[in-house]
Amino acid sequence: MSLSPSELHEMTLASAKKALAAGDVSSRELVEAHLSRIDAMDGELNAFITRTADQALDAAKTADETRAKGGDLPPLLGLPVGLKDLLCAKGVKTTAGSRMLENFVAPYTATCVRKLVDEAGAISLGKLNLDEFAMGSSGENSFFGATKNPHAPDRVPGGSSSGSAAAVASDMVLAALGTDTGGSIRQPASHCGVVGLKPTYGRVSRYGVVAFASSLDQVGPVTKTVEDAALMLNAICGVDPFDATSLSETVPDFTQSLGRDIKGLRIGVPTEYFVEGIDPGVKRAVEAAIAKAKDAGAEIVEISLPHTKYAVGTYYIIAPAEASSNLARYDGVRYGHRAEGASELVEMYTRSRTEGFGEEVRRRIMIGVFALSSGYYDAYYGRACQVRTLIRRDFETAFENVDVIAAPVSPEPAFKIGERVDDPLKNYLSDILTIPLNLAGLPGMSIPCGADDQGLPVGLHLIGKPLDEATLIRVGDCLEKVLPPRPTVKGA
Amino acid sequence: MAIDEKTVRHVASLARLDLHGVDVTKLTGQMSAILEHVEQLKEVDVTGIPATAHAQNRRLRLREDEPMQVITREEALAGAPKRQGNFIVVPRTVEGGGSS
Repeated sequence: MSLSPSELHEMTLASAKKALAAGDVSSRELVEAHLSRIDAMDGELNAFITRTADQALDAAKTADETRAKGGDLPPLLGLPVGLKDLLCAKGVKTTAGSRMLENFVAPYTATCVRKLVDEAGAISLGKLNLDEFAMGSSGENSFFGATKNPHAPDRVPGGSSSGSAAAVASDMVLAALGTDTGGSIRQPASHCGVVGLKPTYGRVSRYGVVAFASSLDQVGPVTKTVEDAALMLNAICGVDPFDATSLSETVPDFTQSLGRDIKGLRIGVPTEYFVEGIDPGVKRAVEAAIAKAKDAGAEIVEISLPHTKYAVGTYYIIAPAEASSNLARYDGVRYGHRAEGASELVEMYTRSRTEGFGEEVRRRIMIGVFALSSGYYDAYYGRACQVRTLIRRDFETAFENVDVIAAPVSPEPAFKIGERVDDPLKNYLSDILTIPLNLAGLPGMSIPCGADDQGLPVGLHLIGKPLDEATLIRVGDCLEKVLPPRPTVKGA
Repeated sequence: MAIDEKTVRHVASLARLDLHGVDVTKLTGQMSAILEHVEQLKEVDVTGIPATAHAQNRRLRLREDEPMQVITREEALAGAPKRQGNFIVVPRTVEGGGSS
């Protein structure tokens, strides 16, 4: 049986896995079909920073040979994926979307990449665009140019995992890895109509992930379906001796949570997440999705997360503070951009950093340095860490009474490219519904739940207890079957 | 709080960033807007509330301090903008020294 190229790139990770196992398709055919799709689509979308076509074709040849030998095969053998360009892959450029790392070739591989590619057998087609150092929620802050939303090319795809969401939504890869520090997996997934899952803080090793805010950063999958998210999670979770914050708790087989019902499950709906200013189309789509959950037998419970309004203020002290410290390493000495012609060391540091970092990164470093500086530390960073405790306790209290929380991901659909570049605060405020999870370390997922009045994708936000990604998969998989289907993107 | 241009210039020097060619008035306005939003946190009664610096609030798991080969010296030096043998070259740091 021979499948057409469009049948190949329209596959999900799970259906392609089945087709490979059945011998209906080879890994080479899958990789070639996706590389052709990238050639056709990415000139417009700009989702990739680096393509690794030759390595991918070599890997596909090896994968097909391995499969022909038979025996126990790696679970994702021969399946084409993409990697956010914040994740190190040895021998491949890892730019973090920054001029600072424009020519940086990673000398080692991130644990999540090693697990997904080297162990589970997936094949990387390349490195995906992002807001510089993952700072942004529009994809516009990339040294390599903005990524476009595949459903509306005049609009942003969301960010910071802009390329990951755009590439999956437009069928250029079967699945991708992203990172989420304040919503950077879930918000672009919501804006692009795909599934994005941020695991519990510590579930996935951060080793080899270019650091933004170390107490908040977490790697997770961007996929076409909830089933695919389960397959990706199975591959990347687990303790790592190279990340002292990675969790040693047992990782369940997340595919066991598929195909189950949600009868009797208690779903909390936080009043504070349906705030004034929420887009009416977003509100309607999310409320319709919650009604579907009720129809499916879940019990809907109104809950309160009273400190929600303080989340943005808390985050935009803590994240820049951590970023200013993490990004102090970029001084032009050991790797990264070095300014030419400096006659003295401090001048070299200053000019290298000024040339290497973009505007938003410089602004966040400055906020962070200010918040940590003498005389302001207690009033800003100290207080933010205390309010973070209250935000975490809000969730602990809510989860005494509910199994999972449902809400919007973003108060608005994708906005127009260029609309917000001079108003950083307005951009920050739109992160209000995703940030609290990062502050509390909780897992969260965005699944497509229809469109707003203009036909732009809207995501349903499911929030779980610590280490309970399984319930997110269970609820997401159940609802996916009754919600409007994932919007597809026609060929170029 | 609103911050002034003098503070912004001081913070830039602490952050080793040059404001040459930057619209400092605009940057000061943007930073002030962000910090004024953060002022909200002052409404919250945090008396006796412990700080969360980290979502896990548990002891970090440490491993034995045993040497292992993760990357080679050559790999570690491969990204250096300027090197001489196994050393990284930077502009001189003290007056009157030899040439670099």
